[in-house]
Amino acid sequence: MNKENEVVLKFPSRSQNEGFARAVTAAFAARLDPTLEELGDVKTAVSEAVTNCIVHAYPDTIGLITLRLRALEGGILEITVKDSGRGIDDVDRARQPMFTTGGADRSGMGITIMESFMNTLSIRSAPGRGTTVKMRKKVLSRKGG
Amino acid sequence: MNFTSLLQDKRLTILLAGEIDHHSAKEIMKAITAKIDIYMPLCCVLDFGKVTFMDSSGIAVVIHTLRAMKELEGQLLLENIPDQPMRVLQAAGIGRLIALQERSAV
Repeated sequence: MNKENEVVLKFPSRSQNEGFARAVTAAFAARLDPTLEELGDVKTAVSEAVTNCIVHAYPDTIGLITLRLRALEGGILEITVKDSGRGIDDVDRARQPMFTTGGADRSGMGITIMESFMNTLSIRSAPGRGTTVKMRKKVLSRKGG
Repeated sequence: MNFTSLLQDKRLTILLAGEIDHHSAKEIMKAITAKIDIYMPLCCVLDFGKVTFMDSSGIAVVIHTLRAMKELEGQLLLENIPDQPMRVLQAAGIGRLIALQERSAV
């Protein structure tokens, strides 16, 4: 059976949509037959990426977030979270653990957690033009294939 | 947001529940701070037993609570932690600051 599949979802940067993005990701990923731990990992990673859009990309306004989910050959789940917000001045600095511009409410661990829960993570950003986070995780099917 | 809490011998246990994310974290911090301010415990236990999801916003909740307890020269304990929140706490290195007690087998 060809497992390749794709879903694109656009939604406003309201915090109540964090749970919605997680639920959609979990429903999509479930078709790859992940373990509970893998499912928790992708939900966490998408939650971090969407939260970053809400907190950092659109700090004073509501903007559009695009979530693209792809199931690729070989049980690979690809998650892309894109915004057209403020952008990141220094991506390397943003990737440092504990670094945050979000104040006391934020831990600065979001990107670190995305990196540790997914197999690959890339961040493309241009100040004033937005950010695209793309991450992949190989899902080891519980059925072994 | 309202959580059940128990106070015994200056030990305050707060039973966290549901999803801890950016959407809920501020209210959770506010609820925890309010309870610590009222009861002035020597030990605060955050019980994660009923937490169904947590992202790095939960790390900020833990650090915030740790600071509040340090101001009282008290102690913070994290107990009954399910697998998913435990992975987030461990990835963030919180185990180096506070002992992490996983959820006991049912």
